[in-house]
Amino acid sequence: MTEIRIENLSKDFDGFLAVDDVNIAIPFGELYSFLGPSGCGKTTLLRMIAGFEIPRSGRIVLGEQDITDLPPYKRPVNTIFQNYSLFPHMTVFDNVAFGLHIRKTPREDIRAQVHKMLALVKMEDQASKYPAQLSGGQKQRIAIARALINEPKVLLLDEPLAALDLKLRQHMLIELMNIHDAVGITFIYVTHDQSEAMSISDRVAVMENGRIVQSGPPDDIYERPASIFSAYFIGETNLFSAEVVGLEDEYVQLKCDSGDGQSFEIDSTFHFTPVLGQKLTVSLRPEKIAITRGKPGNQDDFNVLRGTIEDILYLGTHTQYIVKVGKLRVRVFSQHKRVYFDEKALDWEEPVWLFWHDTDTWLINEIHEPDQGNINPESVGSIQRGKRAGAN
Amino acid sequence: MLRMSQLKRTYQGLNLTLFTLVMVFLYIPIVILVIYSFNDAKIVTSWKGFTLNYYLRLWENDAIKEALRNTLLIAGLSTFISTVFGVLAALGLENKRFSGRKGLLALIYTPLVIPDILMGVSLALLFNFTRVNTGMLTVLIAHITFCVSYTIIVVQSRLEGFDYSLVEAAMDLGAKPAAIFMKIKFPLMLPGIVAAALLAFTLSIDDFIITFFTSGRGFDTLPIYVEGTIRRGAITTINSLSTLMIAFTLFLVVVTKRVRKTLISSL
Repeated sequence: MTEIRIENLSKDFDGFLAVDDVNIAIPFGELYSFLGPSGCGKTTLLRMIAGFEIPRSGRIVLGEQDITDLPPYKRPVNTIFQNYSLFPHMTVFDNVAFGLHIRKTPREDIRAQVHKMLALVKMEDQASKYPAQLSGGQKQRIAIARALINEPKVLLLDEPLAALDLKLRQHMLIELMNIHDAVGITFIYVTHDQSEAMSISDRVAVMENGRIVQSGPPDDIYERPASIFSAYFIGETNLFSAEVVGLEDEYVQLKCDSGDGQSFEIDSTFHFTPVLGQKLTVSLRPEKIAITRGKPGNQDDFNVLRGTIEDILYLGTHTQYIVKVGKLRVRVFSQHKRVYFDEKALDWEEPVWLFWHDTDTWLINEIHEPDQGNINPESVGSIQRGKRAGAN
Repeated sequence: MLRMSQLKRTYQGLNLTLFTLVMVFLYIPIVILVIYSFNDAKIVTSWKGFTLNYYLRLWENDAIKEALRNTLLIAGLSTFISTVFGVLAALGLENKRFSGRKGLLALIYTPLVIPDILMGVSLALLFNFTRVNTGMLTVLIAHITFCVSYTIIVVQSRLEGFDYSLVEAAMDLGAKPAAIFMKIKFPLMLPGIVAAALLAFTLSIDDFIITFFTSGRGFDTLPIYVEGTIRRGAITTINSLSTLMIAFTLFLVVVTKRVRKTLISSL
């Protein structure tokens, strides 16, 4: 099976390191995503695989073949461009037929294959239209057909849904997954939209500053973020600075500074072995926290905090509470299931109990800058990097 | 007080009046010219009845036929050569990293604003200085000289808005540089090329001043011939000649519009 291997790949633009020593191996047939904020190098990485950028160093190997220095027209890969890049002077049919036409495929074969491809993307009846007559979603489908007709070993998708509106995006996402299942080749998908990457991918590589900071299945990255950046960029989270104050066989006791001179203690399971007195960061997903008016009964294996509701945001599918614990603000997502509700709805300024299971307290081996606060700023770009704990 | 609908009607009426006035102003002279080309009189001042006499006389006039031949030959050759130059220059100027680009563009724009009379005189001086015999060759060189600025600018402005991701897309689909040019770039440039050629042809066909300074004796194009004839007072044949030229121009406009479409889809 043809896998694609990227070895020590780097690329710089006038001294700016866009891709920094990337190593990955993607098995054949996988749907693999590069996920990161704009400027993280994900598109440059994709363009190097396509052949539009020449790497400064490193190799790209497809199966047995080193394709690092091949021009784009000799590579067995095809690309879906962000703005589709359909040829405006050609009909849908001629656009899709372009690759076969270039390879001098006999006319009857072209006709048969184009119709097969148009059927795959459900556009059979649009063959004689021009791109200008198509909607965004239709252009997208034609771009997919035009690429897949060449039977590439890898399909590269550069933010393919960015130009579509939300409903269409969700629809095309499912469509893309179906097409991936139907053709069975490797898809490499570049996006800055974490929900897109999470829902579509077999595996996700989170990129920051030209490097892959974490890769793995979506649930793994979400549930077990390896860095503050991963935890922050994917989904939403609460970050606390914490210090290890007690170690048992399976549990670690942490002291968290609540910013007003006070501190509170929480427990966690751990996936790496911290040392007593070590400073680290706790990531706590808002949907893992339960919020109640009354004191929770069973407190074994649970962490319990007392706080005051500062803000309530009704978001349809759930309500977001911002609860003040000392000077910290904790985000809590609460679903509108009757079993979770007290009889009277929670109100502003009301004292509440927060509790969550020990296993949901996730530890990150990095130090969280205290001036970051612990409410995510709107823009991910403003995130400050925590220092590596090991460096101290 | 005026009601909204009344206001709107007044406004529309005013609009229509202005539009009519403009059209009348533009086309009345041409209409008069066409009508009087069928006038059976030696002088234009009065209508003496319908005749095709002057069209026949036009046909019998060898000097006119030669002037027409010269005009079409010069226009055809200068259009072809200046369009080829225009395309090549525009492709060369495409490279934004080329350091002399801005200066070169300024040099190309300059002939557009230089008065024709200056251009004509300077060319005449040049030919005189280099002792080239004036005639067809000098007129051709002169016409290429003033057409080429226009063709470069028209083709270049078409390339300005070119979406280079299309080139990448074609490359991605297996097309080599030559195929990319033939199948993507050239077809998308074609409307610009046709427009440039049309402009060059029009400029060449009705140029008087520059031709006047560079043609010398014995090589007449239509504008030169027309001017000479009018000076001798024989306006009536000129009316019929002009009518034919108008018809030809209209024909050209319609044809190029059609041809452009079929040309693009055939590529």
